Amino acid sequence: MKHSFFAKNPSVLLFLACLALFTIAVTVMSEAWGLSLIPTSFVKTLGKTLCLCLVALAMDLIWGFTGILSLGHMAFFAIGGYMIGMWLMYARTEEIVILSLANSPLPATPEEIRQGITSQIFGVVGSSELPPIWSFAHSLPLQLLLVLLVPGLLALVFGWLAFRSRVTGVYLSILTQAMTLTLALWLFQNDSGLRGNNGLSGLQNIPGLGQTSQDVISIWLFLASALALALGYLLLSSITSGKFGSVIRAIRDDETRMRFLGYPVESYKLFVFTLAALIAAIAGALYYPQAGIINPAELAPIASIYLAVWVAIGGRGQLWGAVLGAALVSLLSSWFTGGRAPDLPLGFYTIKWVDWWLILLGLGFVCVTLFAPQGLAGLLQRLAGPLTPRRGGAPLGPDPGALQEKEARE
Amino acid sequence: MTGQTTGATLLEASGLSVTFDGYRAIRNLSFAIGERELRAIIGPNGAGKTTFMDIITGKTRPDEGRVLWGPLSRSLLAMNEAQIARIGIGRKFQRPTVFEDQTVRENLIMALKAPRSPFAVLRWKPRRPDLDRTETLATQVGLGQALSRKSGELSHGQKQWLEIGMLLAQEPKLLLVDEPAAGMTLAEREQTTTLLTELAKTRAVVVVEHDMEFVRRLNCRVTVLHEGSVLAEGSLDHVTANPQVIEVYLGR
Repeated sequence: MKHSFFAKNPSVLLFLACLALFTIAVTVMSEAWGLSLIPTSFVKTLGKTLCLCLVALAMDLIWGFTGILSLGHMAFFAIGGYMIGMWLMYARTEEIVILSLANSPLPATPEEIRQGITSQIFGVVGSSELPPIWSFAHSLPLQLLLVLLVPGLLALVFGWLAFRSRVTGVYLSILTQAMTLTLALWLFQNDSGLRGNNGLSGLQNIPGLGQTSQDVISIWLFLASALALALGYLLLSSITSGKFGSVIRAIRDDETRMRFLGYPVESYKLFVFTLAALIAAIAGALYYPQAGIINPAELAPIASIYLAVWVAIGGRGQLWGAVLGAALVSLLSSWFTGGRAPDLPLGFYTIKWVDWWLILLGLGFVCVTLFAPQGLAGLLQRLAGPLTPRRGGAPLGPDPGALQEKEARE
Repeated sequence: MTGQTTGATLLEASGLSVTFDGYRAIRNLSFAIGERELRAIIGPNGAGKTTFMDIITGKTRPDEGRVLWGPLSRSLLAMNEAQIARIGIGRKFQRPTVFEDQTVRENLIMALKAPRSPFAVLRWKPRRPDLDRTETLATQVGLGQALSRKSGELSHGQKQWLEIGMLLAQEPKLLLVDEPAAGMTLAEREQTTTLLTELAKTRAVVVVEHDMEFVRRLNCRVTVLHEGSVLAEGSLDHVTANPQVIEVYLGR
């Protein structure tokens, strides 16, 4: 038992190595720093995909490991995006306003600048007052704090109410979905103070980096997303491999029994729910500067259902499975719906993938549920080796099931 | 002979009543057990044995009555299942419930007496005394060679023993055991009897059992339940001589 964390979990090192190789390869082939083989728009797509992989990890923690099918974690993702988006938009508009007022005969007063920013941002929804929720938007550190605080507190309060009343299973899923829908509907209103259905836009322009081209910014954000994914993977694999992982898997399998063992099941659920919300928020805060725009449609319940589908296809309860599922399905999805997939002429009917992709995805989901409940990760593991766990060492007896050296030593 | 109540009273339930949809499962039931005592609860189906266990472990709330615990007479009714388990009440279900997806070692480590809060568990590291204790427990229940095996691979009997090992790991002050003899071979029954009497030397053990032969082997004080209340209490010979008991339980 005296081995290091990596020796006990070789898959973590393998995953990190693959991620590092991928990151270096993309950087080298980017337009900014290399061979210009990958267009900047695709670098952004890849960077966004890494963020989706991170939120899929969070989903795997809460669903795959703890057995709570939350259909609300994309809401936390979007809130993280909104929180960083407020600073991006405010600071960027501030730059523009200062620049345009620089030509006036008198130097602009702070009040004039403030007025300018407000009319720039809120003219579109016909408001001339800066809503109170924008009070901290001028400050990057404060708004970064909100990226964690707002989703974290929301998850904490919502989770406390839901878990305390012992809402489980499909009822909890419905409740989380209702939360997402409520938030989306609230954000759609103009008086929510977040520009209603216009959402926040121009987020790809990082304030203070006006001279830097998008080629370079996209690579920086890509690298930041890769780093966040790597750290998230490390954190979650260390949490899920120890006694804590053991406890949450046991809660997934039989929470009543865990209560009789003395474990405060509700506290564990709340902890996991909130941690997953925080990870989702960080992923969202990295995603939307690459997407450039966020609006309330991002909180639609379907987004959280997609998240569940990615994790189910990739493989629940297997961290790299969730990453694989999110990357594969979201990239395929953007390929099919982006109109790049060639139409399939059948003579009497032409399959246009933009319309048919959802059906294909649905079929894939049904097939995975029916034939590979462990997802792609389970399939790959089955291909890689026999179903029996690798036990290590040579058998000590002639029978196929004999104890192996390693077991005998333990 | 009857094992007498030894030590101070550990658990005292009085005036318990529970009604499920108009059906009175428990009526004015009172029960007490000492700190080191073995007690068998017998009674026909529907006598309220399982409901009584559910009340003590916090699964069911009684409509009336109180359950007091330990020298400080803390009320158990204000606590939830997990809190009751943490103050030292362990329960063994009839059907073995171990976490089949996890190894014998992981199962035992989860059961080991240790702080149970998420933050404490996050900080928990396997240390020598814990690992030694896990190994000792596994050996004690005959699973010393199976620590690294998934508990789902174990036989039915081995799962029963693993669950007993997990109960021992919890170090409960009161052990509630539901029909331990069900589905056991004669040799296993003997082993179980020895274990239960051994355990009762250091803690309180309550055994709910149908099987009279098994109860006789336990050689302890017996409480007979009928229609939700105590019909008789005393040595097995004493209660089986009671005409009321003969009528409702032994039949004819």
